[in-house]
Amino acid sequence: MFKKLSFLLIVFISFSSFAQDLPERPNPPRLVNDLADVLSDTEEQRMEMELVQFARETSNQIAIVTVPSLNGYDAGDFAFRIGEEWGIGQGDKDNGVVVLFKPKVGNERGQVFVAVGYGLEGVIPDAIANRDIVDYEMIPRFKQGDTFGGLYNGTQVIMSLAKGEFSAQEYHEKASGGQGGFPFILLFFLIFFVIIPIFRGKSRYYNAGGRGRASSLPFWLLMGGMMGSGRSHGGSFGNFSSGGGSFGGGGGFGGFGGGSFGGGGAGGSW
Amino acid sequence: MKKTWIILAVIAVVIFIMYSSVKGTYNTMVSRDEAVDASWAQVENVYQRRADLIPNLVNTVKGYASHEQETLEGVIEARSKATSVNVNPENLNEESLQQFQQAQAGLSSALSRLMVVVERYPDLKANQSFLDLQAQLEGTENRITVERRKFNESAQSFNTYIRTFPKNIYANLFGFEKKAYFEAEQGAERAPEVSFD
Repeated sequence: MFKKLSFLLIVFISFSSFAQDLPERPNPPRLVNDLADVLSDTEEQRMEMELVQFARETSNQIAIVTVPSLNGYDAGDFAFRIGEEWGIGQGDKDNGVVVLFKPKVGNERGQVFVAVGYGLEGVIPDAIANRDIVDYEMIPRFKQGDTFGGLYNGTQVIMSLAKGEFSAQEYHEKASGGQGGFPFILLFFLIFFVIIPIFRGKSRYYNAGGRGRASSLPFWLLMGGMMGSGRSHGGSFGNFSSGGGSFGGGGGFGGFGGGSFGGGGAGGSW
Repeated sequence: MKKTWIILAVIAVVIFIMYSSVKGTYNTMVSRDEAVDASWAQVENVYQRRADLIPNLVNTVKGYASHEQETLEGVIEARSKATSVNVNPENLNEESLQQFQQAQAGLSSALSRLMVVVERYPDLKANQSFLDLQAQLEGTENRITVERRKFNESAQSFNTYIRTFPKNIYANLFGFEKKAYFEAEQGAERAPEVSFD
């Protein structure tokens, strides 16, 4: 026991010694981390939604991190360390991508770096990251001050490249085999939001005009209470009520998987 | 009679405890040793990747800047020197690592000289395949930095483990030796000189 503790301590110390200037892993986990505050709330939400959706479909995790300063690090080094420290991507596939953005402030050049995890280096080689993503999509837009446009279009290219590498099916097989947590939650939602409301609606409110609001309201409240303050309630309510079958924006981002970065990717400045 | 049994039982328990503690320590040492070997393999891997890029790079540059024969030959020579130095992971001591590092540093500086020369050829700098090669080279340098850092981390974890008491006794017993670290490149602490003539 003592050995384990001391081992943990050593690991902790050796990690903290090089992690002091890095932004901390977000809690609750998020894929869009606008620490430099260069995006509006709606822009942030839009990207977060797309990236979470993408992460769910393909298991590839693309994290966007904007920082006010690189704290003396080289942009690439900073991005790799964030990726490693936060564990972006799945642990067994190393399929994470970090898009690091530092705004241009005064005389300081703006910097962007796309760090690609080991597992995606094959589909996003450095030359492609440099040319197609950074030089074509990002920097021209950043130069015009269109931060969101640059990040958004750059991420679209990353997504289209990374899509083929790991399929959702492969991922779900693994996820359900490994933990079994996700399908259970799905089943739970299904019972509470689809089956029971229908059942109750038919039996009790049939004469009052089908599935009434009153019947499902307590369940919304119940769920809202159970989920705590994790994410915006407005979004999840909207999504659930729009259709019981699709759980698109409802689940939130499940967290980083412990992916590793080997130095792939490219960056630029303007 | 009863007493002998108790003593025997105590001895058995003590031996068992000692056995399990040594076993756990030894196995951890082995697995960390393996982790260092694996990260060393990654280091060699990325250096190899850089060496593999060079023939292509040299050929591309040659097409545009054929009078830079000297610089180009310098790169090729440094490359062959760098690829000839290999370190067996069994033998990761200060000396061998330094040798390896020196050979690779020679290649690094030959490459950076080449990149300075290239600045004089705008046509070359506009060539897409050269730009791609340059991006790959930069990426490889990034990978080298990352893998060196990871190697140092795993070496540190191993060294810390085998050098703390009482594990240092076992480590001596089983012949585990301290691993060497990558040092910062010589001259890296000096800012490069820039001249405008």
